[in-house]
Amino acid sequence: MNGLTIAVPRGALLRETLDLLDTLGLDTAEVRSNDRKLLFADVGIVTMRPSDVPTYVEAGAADVGITGKDVLTEQAERLVYELLDLQYGSCRMVLATVDGPDPSAEALRRLGVMRVATKYPKTAAAFFEMTGRQAEIVEVKGSVELAPLTGLVEAIVDLTATGTTLRENNLVIREDLFTSTARLIANPVAHKLKAEAIDAMLEKLRAP
Amino acid sequence: MRELRDITESVRGVFERDGYGEVWTPALEYEAVLERGGGPSPAYRVFDDQGKVLALRTDMTVPIARLVATRFPTADPPLRLCYFAHAYRGVRPHRGQMREFLQAGIELVGAPAPDGTAEALTVLCHALDATGLRGYRIGLGDASLYPRLLRSLRVGEEDGQQLLAALVARDFVALETELKRLGLDDEDAELLLRVPQLRGGPDVLGGSDGPVAEAVAGLRRVHDMLAPEVAARVIFDLGLVRDLGYYTGAVFEVYDPALGEPLGGGGRYDELLGRFGRPLPAVGFALGIDRLHIALAGEERER
Repeated sequence: MNGLTIAVPRGALLRETLDLLDTLGLDTAEVRSNDRKLLFADVGIVTMRPSDVPTYVEAGAADVGITGKDVLTEQAERLVYELLDLQYGSCRMVLATVDGPDPSAEALRRLGVMRVATKYPKTAAAFFEMTGRQAEIVEVKGSVELAPLTGLVEAIVDLTATGTTLRENNLVIREDLFTSTARLIANPVAHKLKAEAIDAMLEKLRAP
Repeated sequence: MRELRDITESVRGVFERDGYGEVWTPALEYEAVLERGGGPSPAYRVFDDQGKVLALRTDMTVPIARLVATRFPTADPPLRLCYFAHAYRGVRPHRGQMREFLQAGIELVGAPAPDGTAEALTVLCHALDATGLRGYRIGLGDASLYPRLLRSLRVGEEDGQQLLAALVARDFVALETELKRLGLDDEDAELLLRVPQLRGGPDVLGGSDGPVAEAVAGLRRVHDMLAPEVAARVIFDLGLVRDLGYYTGAVFEVYDPALGEPLGGGGRYDELLGRFGRPLPAVGFALGIDRLHIALAGEERER
């Protein structure tokens, strides 16, 4: 795309992202057929975990990138331009606990502090600070749903698309933090030096 | 060190040739002095034996403003000063931005726009040329442009702050959401979203009449005064906002394709010296020597 290097997220956002890049006239066939290769220099695409996209874009290793608002919120200190809400990949960041009486409310009332497991420690900490509740954030790397079931924590802050995984683990949503969708981001220097290419891309993406 | 020394010596040669005298100030300043200046808030503080709070400076512009007002209260303007000095900020340390970092820069005091601005840009390009950097460009905008636009469209103070915060955060999605929430005229909202995304050659200045016309005319006047080789480096950027509080007019940043962040920047701070008792218009810039070094190494690799 006019000499731009694009950071593309693997995982849940991959297919819709590639569909979108197709509409820009990029040939994504090789990306679709090869899920081990990471760098597709011919079409200017690099693929990576969504949470790595801001890292590559901030450092200028990619000019632009696509990732979720959840990732951008968690890595708010990254100096990147957020250019466009791409609307797809919609998910909710929620506070959830096991069904029945709310154990997190009880912990707060009786102990003054609740324990919360999450993969988004900064997002969760900011949320509890904003709402004036004391929470001990337990950072986990794997399935967050397990933590409240085993008594590790009273609540979780996690991203959910359909709520199925929560339901299957007998968890219910207590509060909404925000809705996350896919965003187009750009490196601050590329945004100036490759302005024409980036604006051309934006214009095509904005066109219905 | 040899490579760093080469860079600072090349830059020093240019500053001296262009008439800028080197000054020195202590790394520790009274916290109240830094606060009065309105630069980035200091991250490292100490107490002296009388309980006064001192802080490590976060840039050189505020200490030099103090210096001019106290040491040169009667010297005839314009004053041309330069420095090679460390500053300190509470950043997430990474390549090109450590918590302690060396800056080279100038302050041109008592030279109003557009002449002073054009001179600063010219010295900036001379200094970068002297280091051997090739691919750099200068982004040029005006810090007063967006606030002025907000006032002329009668956006309330608080709402305006929200919009400016989104712009400083480089978040155009938040800017668009916020504009929708305010329920402005479609035309006004479109203007407030489009103008800060305008960047490129002199053609982006065309057709900007109405509320942005004055700031744009100012940028055009500066551009007209530049020598062709300096003018060719300039990219106009109507959305450029620097996150330091003291800028009042033209602002600029240095970009190089070899590095993902600006090498330095500066702008006009026409009200800062008045806060220290000697009201004079001024303009200056600072270059991050580490970043310049990284960009030079990057350009070398690509050659």
